[in-house]
This record gives sequence, C-alpha cells and structure tokens, in this order.
Amino acid sequence: MNEISHLVGAAGPDSLVVRFAGDSGDGMQLTGSRFTQEAALDGADLATFPDFPAEIRAPVGTTFGVSAFQIQFGGRRVRTPGDRLDVLVALNPAALKVNLEDLRPGGTLIIDTAAFVDRNFKKAGYDHDPRDDLDGYRRLDIDITKLTQAAVKPLGVGNRDANRARNLWTLGLVLWLTGRSRGATQDWIRERFAAEPLVRDANLAALDAGHAYGETAELPRLPEVLAPGQTAPLPPGRYRTVTGVDALCYGLVTAARLSGIDLFYGSYPITPASSMLHMLARLGAFGVRTFQAEDEIAAICVAIGASYAGQLGVTGSSGPGIALKMEALGLAIATELPLVVIDAQRGGPSTGLPTKTEQSDLFQAVLGRNADAPLVVLAASTPGDCFPVAIEAVRLATRYMTPVMLLTDGFLANASEPWLIPDLAALEPFPVRQGAAVDGFQPYARDPATLARAWVPPGTPGLRHRIGGIERSHRTGAISYDPANHQMMTDFRRAKILGIARDLPAQGFVAGGMDDRILILGWGSTFGAIESAVDRLRADGVSVAHAHLRHIWPLPANLGDILASFERVLVPELNTGQLHLLLQGVYGCRLESLTKVSGKPFTAAEIETRVKTLLEA
Amino acid sequence: MATVLEREPKGLTPKDWASDQEVRWCPGCGDYAILKAVQKTLADLQADPDRTVFISGIGCAARFPYYVESYGFHTIHGRAAAIATGVKLANPELDIWVVSGDGDSLSIGGNHLLHLLRRNVDLVYLLFNNEVYGLTKGQASPTSPRGTVSPSSPGGTLDAPVNAGAFALGAGARFVARVADVVQGPMVEVLTRAHGHRGTSFVEILQNCIVYNDGAFDAVTDKATAAEHQLWCRHGEPLLFAGGTKGVRLVPERFALEIFDVGADGLGAEAALVHDETNPMLAQMLVRLDVPTALGVIFAVEAPSYDAAFSAAAPTRKPGLADLQRQVGGRTTWKIG
Repeated sequence: MNEISHLVGAAGPDSLVVRFAGDSGDGMQLTGSRFTQEAALDGADLATFPDFPAEIRAPVGTTFGVSAFQIQFGGRRVRTPGDRLDVLVALNPAALKVNLEDLRPGGTLIIDTAAFVDRNFKKAGYDHDPRDDLDGYRRLDIDITKLTQAAVKPLGVGNRDANRARNLWTLGLVLWLTGRSRGATQDWIRERFAAEPLVRDANLAALDAGHAYGETAELPRLPEVLAPGQTAPLPPGRYRTVTGVDALCYGLVTAARLSGIDLFYGSYPITPASSMLHMLARLGAFGVRTFQAEDEIAAICVAIGASYAGQLGVTGSSGPGIALKMEALGLAIATELPLVVIDAQRGGPSTGLPTKTEQSDLFQAVLGRNADAPLVVLAASTPGDCFPVAIEAVRLATRYMTPVMLLTDGFLANASEPWLIPDLAALEPFPVRQGAAVDGFQPYARDPATLARAWVPPGTPGLRHRIGGIERSHRTGAISYDPANHQMMTDFRRAKILGIARDLPAQGFVAGGMDDRILILGWGSTFGAIESAVDRLRADGVSVAHAHLRHIWPLPANLGDILASFERVLVPELNTGQLHLLLQGVYGCRLESLTKVSGKPFTAAEIETRVKTLLEA
Repeated sequence: MATVLEREPKGLTPKDWASDQEVRWCPGCGDYAILKAVQKTLADLQADPDRTVFISGIGCAARFPYYVESYGFHTIHGRAAAIATGVKLANPELDIWVVSGDGDSLSIGGNHLLHLLRRNVDLVYLLFNNEVYGLTKGQASPTSPRGTVSPSSPGGTLDAPVNAGAFALGAGARFVARVADVVQGPMVEVLTRAHGHRGTSFVEILQNCIVYNDGAFDAVTDKATAAEHQLWCRHGEPLLFAGGTKGVRLVPERFALEIFDVGADGLGAEAALVHDETNPMLAQMLVRLDVPTALGVIFAVEAPSYDAAFSAAAPTRKPGLADLQRQVGGRTTWKIG
C-alpha cells in the first residue's frame, strides 16, 4: 500500500480525484455529472466513474444502497477516474464506510454531520461513531442538511423538500473548493426546472449557499489543478463530453449515413445496455428505428429479420441477454447476413453484478456458440472510442456479410470524457450495395476478394431464393447434407472471417514500440489505466510499451510478430484471463496475465506494480 | 393481410408457385395438401412472387418455404414470428406468410406468437397443428390431448393441451380461422380471407401426421363423420351442421353453447345462433367446441396493424449532414487551442 500511495503522490497536483458518495436517492450521479460539465467547460481533461447499486432505491442508510460518482480532472492528460481519492464526499455513514478506504492519507473528507447519528451508524454496520477513528485526513464536518434548510427557508420550502437540494449545496461547496465556476449548473437548473419555479429557486439557492459557505468560512481551497484560462493539453478543436453510450449511438447513426443503409435496433431492457435503446429511440430522424422486443431472443430475431429485408439489424444487450441470443446469432452466421450485436459487459455469471463492470464476455463473443461459428469481435477502449468502433462494426458487417460483436462494458457505457467532436463530412463513406446481376445469380456465390455473398433482400425483382439454417449448398443455398459441401462451407465461413485481418490496419502502439523489453497488451476499457501506468513507468525509465486491441477477432495480422519480439508480454483484463488464454492458443507463446474481477476498473497502480514485479522476476 | 400490390397480373398458375426443390415430406403427409392449397391461393390472388416471403421456424412444416417459388427464410425453432416482424417492419411492402407447427408456435415460440398477435403485424400466420412432434420422432406436443402415450410419455401425458384458437384470441388476435388439411376448397377460401385481412391473420390448420399421429382428426375429416363434426362458421349465417339437422344455440341462463337437433324440443333452424365473426365472446366459445369442431373464419375484426403504426411514426423529414453534425456536436461545447 505504501507503494501505491507513493505513486498517487507522483500523479502530482496537476489533477484531482473527487468522489461524491451518498444514498442512491441522494442524487450523487446528478451531482457528479454536473461537476463533470463544469470541469469540462473550464478546459480540463477528465475521466469519470459512476458506480451505483443495482437496487433502484435500496433501504436508506445501508451500505448496499450507496451510490457514488468519481471524477479525475486537471490541466494534464487524464486517462482514468483516478486510483485514490483526493476528496471524498460522504453524505452518510454508509457512504463513509464503503468509500473511506479509497481516500488517500491527507485527503479531504467532507461529511454531512446531520446524518452521523446512532440510527445511521447501526444501519451502516458501525458500532460507534466512525468519526472517532478518522485520523490523517483533512476533515470538513459540516451540517449540510441544516445549512441547506436554512438556505431555502426564505423561499418557503419546508425541511423535507429542502433535503432534496442537499446534493446541490454540496456541489456548490466542492465547486468552490476546487476553484470551478458554477454558471453551467445554474443554467442547467433554470432550464431543467423551468416549469417548477419553486424547485428551481430552491436548487439555485442551495447551490449558491454551498458555494458561499466555502468562501465565508474561509475554507482553504484545494490545490489549483487548472489555472484560470489554462486548458488541458488536448489536441485543438471543439469538445463536448460523451459517455460510451452517447458515442456509440452517434457512431451507429453516423454509420447509417456513411453506408446509406437504415439501421433497425431491436432490444430488450437490461442493465447496462438499456440506455442505448433509450438514446437510439430519440435519434429516429437519423436513420435508425428502434423496437422494444418481448425478450432477448426476439430482439436479435427482429434485427436478423430487418437485415434479411435490407436494413442493417442491430441489437444490444449485456452478458446474460447475449447468451440468450446465441442460437439466433448462429443463424445470422449460417445465412451470412450482416448484423451488429453490442454487448455491454457486466459482472457475471448469471445475473452477477448488473451495475458493475467486467470484461468476462470475451469468450462468449469469440467462441460462445454451438459449432464452428466465427464472427467479428471488436472492443471499444474509451467512451469516445465507441464512436469509431461502432462505425467500424457497421462497415465490417456490411462489407463481409457477417455478424459483428461489439464489446463495451458497464464502465465504458456510463463513464464520460472530453471528446473532440468529429467532422462528419471528413469521414469516408462506405456505400453498401444490395442486389446482384439476375443472370446466373446464385445466393451463395462469393466475392473472391471478401468471400462475402451478395445481399439480396426479398422484394428484389427476379432474384427469388431461399435461405435457412440447415447447411446450404455452396452456391445455390438449397439444403445440402453433402459431406464435402459442409466441409467447404465451414472452411469458407472461417476463411471469410480470418481474411478480414487483411482489411485491418496493422496493430500499432499507444506508447513505446518493438524495441522495448516489456509489452502491455490490453483490450477494451482497461485502456486508460494501462496508458497511465505506462506513462509513469516510461517516465521512470522502464522499457515498456503499450498496445491496445480494437480487433479481438480476427486478430491483427502482425500481432504474432509483435508478441514474439518482446521479452515479456503482460495481458491485463477484468476477467480471469480470457484474452490471455486465447492468444496463447492462437500464437503458442507464453504470456503473463493480470486479472481482476471486483466489479471495479483497474487502477493504474495495480498495473504499474505488476510490471515492476515482472521486471524483478 | 392486404398489402396492395400495384402490378400487372402475371398469369401465374399454382404450378408456377412450386420451386425447383424436391418436396421431402413423408408420403401421405397432410402438408402436401396445405402446400397445394397455398399455391392455388397465391395463383388465384395473382400475388407477386418477388414480393412474397415465406418464413418458418423448425419442424416438418418449417420446410415449407423451400417449396414455394418466392423468397423464403427457414429460421430457427420458435422464432419465425419475431423474424417475420423484423422483415415486415424493415419493408412493409412485403407480403409475408409464416408457416409453423404446434410445437414451434405454442411451446418454444409461444412468447413470440403471443406478441405477434397482440401487436397485429400484417402477415398470415399458418399453424399446422398435428398434435405431435413429427421431426423429432413422435413426442407429445403442447396440443396433444392429456394422456397421450408417446416415447417421452410412456405413461401418458399429464399436461392439459393448449387450444390454439383460444390462445390466439386470448393474445388479442383480430383474425382467427381454422381449417383441416383435406378440405381444399374451403381452405383456399379461408386463406384468401386471411390474406385480405390487414393485421396478423391466424389460421390453425388441422394436419394429419401419417407417421406419428395418424388419424388424429379422422372424426373431423372422414367422409362418414365429417358432417357431424364440421361446424362451418360463416358471418351472418346460422350455425348449423350435419346437413342442417343440427345447430348451435346459446343457453342464456348458463351463458353456454348447446348443440341441438333441429326440429326437436320445438327448436327450429331459427333457434341456431347466427355467426357474428366480430363477436370475441362467441369466438372464444366456438374455438373451444370439440364436437362439432368450428371451422372457417371464427373471428375477424379490423384494427390498425403494428407495421402501419410503425411506418406512420417514422420521422418524415430526413435530416441532412449538418443536422447530424449538430446532433453529434451536442449543446454544451468548449474549444481548446
């Protein structure tokens, strides 16, 4: 632990890590997202980590009802939500109990004293007042509840309603402590509560009162991580914040435009994938229609039906829902229809940890079907990366007439970061061709370059044909039980997917290169933690490189050469070693594995520590 | 399901609706008769083969699409209704027929059928009911009578069967009909009605499985007993059968149907109920009759179809690149550099 705190210290005063924690009804997610917006508008780089329970409203005051929102922001590049907290806001004893261990020694602890009473100690599982044991922190014990009540009393707001503005009072205080402005939050409150003037005014009053408290109580401010007028060293351009869900949905509708094909999104509600359905349902004008199906199987089946009929079917779910879709996915593979399947991974097996992140569906994505059933698997690495990966999924699905599985996870779905708004006009269109020449048409004739068959939707004049899940004759598509035909078709399906590797850019490096001794090979949302760790290690003179896979299957053509050229390769992943096992199987080489399945992302320190251990070994 | 196809009649005959595939049902299977009736219906309707799609799940019946000269999609067990929904929503111009069996529709695919019917997606749904799993060699199906002895139920089944028509009505179907495989002429009439109905047209076809459940519907279909067992429901006509010697009447005190002999107990033909295909209560009582078995169009009402509502809800204005750029750009932005 000493080492880790040392490392956090090394992060320096150019970023701050703040976590807001309270009951799931305390509005912590809103508080965090408003703070994020203020930091972003000030020009900070940032990364966020919303962490909330599966229960909508768990019993008040209990540890399992604690909801938290963490942000790291600053004037330098910020890759992760931060390993350890500089500031912890704990609105009740349960929030303190769950989160205190992440607060660094000397960190700032803000608590609402009104909630620190015997009844709440018991609910949180404390047998005495935990404040007695809080040594080594900068304490801000404030009766936030009472101060909020006082702030809104002149408006005629009673205590009960006043308590609902407690989070905005707290936000006001933290904005002051961190030197952030609050104008965007004021604008947001005015717009959000335009129809409820009393609520609007109470929230504004609470926000202002929290802000003013910091000033009048002359609380020392936290170190300045972003001077006025300073911006983080991000590439120049216009920015907004996006979550992974935002970027992924924008990617899909942009792909609809680039391909000229409308999208059809079939889905069944499931955490953490439902937010894609919600967002796409609002983007109907941009070439995507949504359909809430009766179950997970129907959700993929309507998407397959849409693809068969000439739109691009897309379905999204999380691990358990994806499992239900697998037989239908096999049909799309067999009939060689384009399809995009988005898996927002979460902790499992079974219901597992619905609101917690994990990367444990890699096997399910690559291998999880009956028989030899290859498809394309992509993984997004950051919230913003969901945009190009969604476009790539649509491009590959339509070019190769194949299902594509796109892996995100609970962390990527909800986390946000500054995003350089893409210039859509600069993106390369990939118009999709449907139909075929009538003369000599054969449904399973293949393009020699891609091995893809033609996409001929019903309604196309003169090209009537029948397809299905029973093995198809290699040209006509008619039912065929011929042994040689099945061998040939299995080989075609495999060769088509593996051949896509030729269409992929060579695997490159995020940091370092072939001359380094150690490679960290990551995939998916571990990107930020690995990047931070590698930055620090390289700054310390460690010969370590970072490569990050977007294409999980097929793997990039040059990956084998890369792996062979390093002394040691470390594969960190939030599962028990799935990519590690896959790569060892494919390349027959020995790799190191770093795994974690606690429902939380890697910290950079965890990766850094492991690399140092490897160096010593 | 009336997708109005604006095209010149092509003069196609039933034979033109046969694909080049060899039909592989068991000799004597009831499916042959159904295929023949469907091909005749399509020819009579002068349907457009390029815009006609047959979609099936798994089972003997599910091979049907291979045998029709149209577009066809043989999918997976139980899911034809869901896939057909996607096809219709993606291209409402298509004329869709789903072909399914009792296991496919009422066991593994029960949920999808329920939702297809409540949504009222515009297509014809044919349920070949042979009361047995044929393709897997004779296990009891969800429509097998209680006590059915089969390889999977050597002591007889313990579960009560599903009544397909009652299920469909319960799910909110707006068109429910029933025919039997051997009654060619009326089957074509019913299929024509089904095709003309806008919404999901549910047609249960009593179908003989000559290998695993031969004679299951003999009482209904044998010449000797057919008259006593077939109650043809025709809108506006009295519910009489057995050559007009028997009728179905309502006993109001019990709110139940009763079979009566015309002329006995002072009840003439006028005592018979007049079939009203728009009456859901009457339809529920009719589909549950065992002897006689109600056939024909049992229930039919007009209602908006899901696909029409779905199309109507589509945004009419297609935004340009600038609109998409604005959307992706969001409202709260800042500049760096």
